[in-house]
Amino acid sequence: MMEWLVASAIGVFAACGVWLVLRARTFDVVLGLALVSYAVNLFIFAMGRLSSRAPAIVRQGVPATLADYADPLPQALVLTAIVISFAMTALVLTLALKGRFVNHGDACDAEDGTVVEELPP
Amino acid sequence: MTLTPDHWLVVPIILPLLAAVLLLVVERVRPAWQAPVALAATAALAVLAFALVASADADRIGVYLLGNWQAPFGIVLVLDRLAALMLALTAVIGLASLVASLRLAGRGPHFHAFFQLQLAGLNGAFLTGDVFNLFVFFEVLLIASYALLLHDASGRTLRAGLHYVVINLIGASLFLIAASLLYGVAGTLNFADLAVKLPALPEWDAGLARAAALLLLVVFGVKAALLPLGFWLPATYGAASGPVAALFAIMTKVGIYAIIRLSFTVFGGDDGWMAEWGRPALFALGMATIAFGALGTLATRRLIALIAYLVLISSGMLIAGSTLGPAVLGGALYYLVHTTLAVASMFLIAHAIADQRGPRTDRFGNGPPLAQPTLLGLLFLIGAIAAVGLPPSSGFIGKVLMLQGSGQAPFAAWFWAGVLGSALLATFALARAGSSVFWKSHGAATGLPMPAGERTALAVLAVAGTLWIVGAGSAVRYTTATAQQLAQPRAYIDAVLGQAPVPPNAGSAR
Repeated sequence: MMEWLVASAIGVFAACGVWLVLRARTFDVVLGLALVSYAVNLFIFAMGRLSSRAPAIVRQGVPATLADYADPLPQALVLTAIVISFAMTALVLTLALKGRFVNHGDACDAEDGTVVEELPP
Repeated sequence: MTLTPDHWLVVPIILPLLAAVLLLVVERVRPAWQAPVALAATAALAVLAFALVASADADRIGVYLLGNWQAPFGIVLVLDRLAALMLALTAVIGLASLVASLRLAGRGPHFHAFFQLQLAGLNGAFLTGDVFNLFVFFEVLLIASYALLLHDASGRTLRAGLHYVVINLIGASLFLIAASLLYGVAGTLNFADLAVKLPALPEWDAGLARAAALLLLVVFGVKAALLPLGFWLPATYGAASGPVAALFAIMTKVGIYAIIRLSFTVFGGDDGWMAEWGRPALFALGMATIAFGALGTLATRRLIALIAYLVLISSGMLIAGSTLGPAVLGGALYYLVHTTLAVASMFLIAHAIADQRGPRTDRFGNGPPLAQPTLLGLLFLIGAIAAVGLPPSSGFIGKVLMLQGSGQAPFAAWFWAGVLGSALLATFALARAGSSVFWKSHGAATGLPMPAGERTALAVLAVAGTLWIVGAGSAVRYTTATAQQLAQPRAYIDAVLGQAPVPPNAGSAR
């Protein structure tokens, strides 16, 4: 049950993220990237195998095998990935905002003069 | 305190990082000192990189255990011949690009700091010995490259920059999925440990590992601008300023480095999958990239975009060449250095031409004449000969080596056709571009002469290119040995996994 829930949650996040990334407005793309990075972070976490009530720190008297503990390495990896994706989302958001004011529009298209919808400056 | 040679392995990452921090302070308190500090740090990096090449040339694989943890459990830096070569190339391109960019650096904040962070990321990506830190250093170099690209950005640059950022963020997501998939099936992310464990996986897990390998290929294909993934490149490189575009000449090489590293060291095991599926697929993509780049040089109406398509051709050639066996790989690595130097020079020259043409910039057709037609014409001629790889440039030697080595390979005829045909088309395109830019002009020249920084940078690149052809004997010997070292990853694996941590008392004695 837990596997099914986690897997479908990752799938829904990824699907929504991909759909948003493919849209022609920078703000949608930024949201889509955020959703994709949530899916990726959950996926990294799941790659350490799902377990409940399993600590990541070795205790006295319990044999140090993955049957008794959660794998700590994916947790460390996912922390790094969260920090990086957070920073990147902030950067893209800044770019999107600056682009909105410089180009007076929210369109992603690189060609000049093909703005999807003019926004007030 | 004595530094054993292996401590020097971490310095190419730490030195630019410290320089970046220092430059942030210097920018506030002594703005005039920024250029000397940045130049000194980059020059020191170049000296160190060449010392590391000499150390790698002694057929010794340097391994540095960060935090003194045994290899598969801790983070490891590895210096083999390929890594050392890439470090030296980065340092030379970095030095030239920095000299050329001194004039532009004041136009926006923190240029020098970002530049050093970019170098730190590049050096880290070449030195790291595991998949996850490859991801981290990719992000370091990318975030610095976003800043450099958008430094002093206008509207169109912003849009091209946004495309570049978004496509690389998607690449980063795929990279993380692939890395965690590899960890999920193999339980390790260390290159050497993966190379040992992947061939021993059960069939079901091996399938997942291959899926991860293909995802990694997509990620590195985005960086190297392999065909279906390289459409961002001409727009991005066209939007960058000249010195930054020259530095970006090394960025596609990071993708090529990663593809070579993964396909030889990690997935080059004995299960035959790489030889049976991976190499033919890479070869086909590389050939398609050559064709696309060659057609792009003819189709484009802008000089700087034309140079960007030359980058695509060389990317495709290097990827296709890397799949045809060690003999071709040796030639391809020789060509890699040549093409990076040539393309970096061409970006500088093209931007100088665009600056002097004034409002018409680098578009073909009628425009104001150049202020220095003779100087720029000569530079353009030399640069074009080098970029296409005609004799007497070192690109010609690289191409001859690749073609000679491919004699026994099954797809050699296609490779010959790609290498020679793309050179022909690129020659046409450059000749047409040159005649349009230099001869179709009217009115009076309004541009300013080429700035001293750009001239010095071109001189640095020209000296490096000349040394690369004058010393072709030793250079080819080095790249051939590099290819042989890559074809036999056993030495790399033994060096990494066999590296013993420093005993605790030895550490305190120092």
